[in-house]
Amino acid sequence: MAFALIFLPILMAALSAAIPSNHLRPWFLPVTGVAHLALTLVTLASPNLTTSAAWLVLDPLGKLILLVVSTLFCASSFYAVGYLRHREERPNRVFCACLMVFLGIMSLVTWAHHLGLMWVAIEGTTLVTAPLIYFNHTQRSIEATWKYLLVGSVGIALALLGTFFLAYASLHTGLEATLTLEGILEHAPKLSKPWLHASFVLLLVGYGTKMGLAPMHSWKPDAYGEAPGVVGAMLAGGVTSCAFLALLRIYHICFAAGEAAYVSRLLLFMGMLSMAVASLFMVGQRDFKRMLAYSSVEHMGILVLGLGIGAPALYGTMLHVVTNGLTKGVLFLSAGNIHRAYGSKSTEQVCGAMRRLPLSGTLFLVGFLAITGSPPFGPFISEFSILNGAFDAGRFVIGGFFLFLLLVVFIGMGATVLKVVQGRASFEARNTPYRDSFLTAAPIAILMLLVLLVGLYIPPPLTALIRDAVLFLEGQP
Amino acid sequence: MTNLLNTILVIVLMLNLFALGTSRIVSVIRTVAAQGALLSLLPLLLHEHLTLAAALTVVPTFALKGIIIPGMMIHALRDVKIKREVEPLIGLQPSVILGALATVFALLFADQLPLTDAHSGALIVPTAIATVLAGFILLTTRFKALTQVVGYLVLENGIFIFGMLLVEAMPLVVEMGVLLDLFVGIFVICIIVNQINQAFASMDTRRLVSLKE
Repeated sequence: MAFALIFLPILMAALSAAIPSNHLRPWFLPVTGVAHLALTLVTLASPNLTTSAAWLVLDPLGKLILLVVSTLFCASSFYAVGYLRHREERPNRVFCACLMVFLGIMSLVTWAHHLGLMWVAIEGTTLVTAPLIYFNHTQRSIEATWKYLLVGSVGIALALLGTFFLAYASLHTGLEATLTLEGILEHAPKLSKPWLHASFVLLLVGYGTKMGLAPMHSWKPDAYGEAPGVVGAMLAGGVTSCAFLALLRIYHICFAAGEAAYVSRLLLFMGMLSMAVASLFMVGQRDFKRMLAYSSVEHMGILVLGLGIGAPALYGTMLHVVTNGLTKGVLFLSAGNIHRAYGSKSTEQVCGAMRRLPLSGTLFLVGFLAITGSPPFGPFISEFSILNGAFDAGRFVIGGFFLFLLLVVFIGMGATVLKVVQGRASFEARNTPYRDSFLTAAPIAILMLLVLLVGLYIPPPLTALIRDAVLFLEGQP
Repeated sequence: MTNLLNTILVIVLMLNLFALGTSRIVSVIRTVAAQGALLSLLPLLLHEHLTLAAALTVVPTFALKGIIIPGMMIHALRDVKIKREVEPLIGLQPSVILGALATVFALLFADQLPLTDAHSGALIVPTAIATVLAGFILLTTRFKALTQVVGYLVLENGIFIFGMLLVEAMPLVVEMGVLLDLFVGIFVICIIVNQINQAFASMDTRRLVSLKE
């Protein structure tokens, strides 16, 4: 099953690259998306699927991320067909192929139980997403791609050094040097402490760069701002979730080694810093796509903060991975539509989106309400659960700070979003050819419904999956 | 064996400082190529019983670090007709001094990390950390796109040096290093193919300022 999930998208990418028609090629995306989602659901439903390769194991954490990535890709792939129809003047061979390979590599991240293999896969995501960000071939997109590659690859290099340190931590105590997750977890309490500490810092900085934690987030507003909406959605919901999974693996190891106190101090600090930096930049932000990038920085901060709070907040954190991933899909895809209709992403030109694009404008507004934690949407449940966890753990200052920053973000983001959706669109904007179509609006509506569903009623299989993931992380299989 | 190893590592440290202290971009690229070529030979020195697999990984590492990537960069440099890194963020002498300070810091920091008996005499850990830091200094204080890539190569060389501690226990690390090299190779190809140089005329990343708050 692992091989099917990883190689099916790559095979489809190769096939799509061989198709000469620019018009038909995008349809490979939804075919791949649906097939991948179906395979994912079958995999999740069957309890004991093992592979012959010891390095590829799907544990509950991997299952959760795989589900998010696959769902998001499936919805985005239909949207991509609609989007590329508006961009037929651009060759989309590289775009389609890279998007599908990207899905394959993300699946590999979720299956990898070898830290080296996981590192290779995350390195791969950086490589295949660079051409996606560069899709528009403008000066600004070159600039964004350059920053993305440079900052991202420094992060990857540091993560490799951290991985080496971790291997040395086991070698130093006379154990066999290994990078398989099982191998390290088995001897976790015996790992050499100084090496483990140094390794954790490097891996936090390295994978944190890929997640976009402050202060290593500098690539994020540029890349998300310049990339097409569908790429933004996959980056904000997919790559960041995969990088968070990498961080979860390291957390798992440190937790098993009895270093939870050391680790949680650093995680809390990084989480608070990311939330604070993001909220500062969101207030008065004029570019609504960059605003979404800062919102992503904020939510990565929330995830890391939740992890830092520890056991009482872990359920909320895992749920937040799901709700954040799906809501980011709604926001980036609808923002992409608005951008297309107005030819601008600055609030100076964009207003009246609710009238100009009734569907996308409304979804953008509702998506904003959801991501800032308004009931009855999914992120409300997950953020509330993290807050609850903070108070349960006796961390009242952090809980208070968390609430305060959420409020600042709500106000800052709200000001920008309301400017976009309210009012009347200018004459030029009303006469651009773009209109909401089934393919560019329905996938967003479906994602929105999923977010609402999770807020009202979490399906029991999802609850079970999250509980399993938390138990797995705490080392109680 | 440790003597020869340490001699090489000291040369590597000196090359770091040299790369920090020159303004001609060709010289910086050549310095890093020499450093990379020297480092790619290390696995041969470290292996007590040299296996065929280990010997074979030396070849691609040497080719990538010593010949292919620097070659491509010099090629790219020829196209854009720039010779010098003008006005780095901090001057050349201060950056050499900073590099020297980083080396001292690396020696002190490496003292805090316990080593196994087999590795205790060698300078591997401090050299690795110092090289990573030197790479960082190059990356953050230079503005030409090519010099930043050179900084990244130095950073990567530092990581490669650290990998030498693990090469016997986990031969895999060398392959991972090769992958990182490949990554940079693709990176440089991106610059050439997508003509960042043409789009920005002089490959000066200070011109990359249209995306700002």
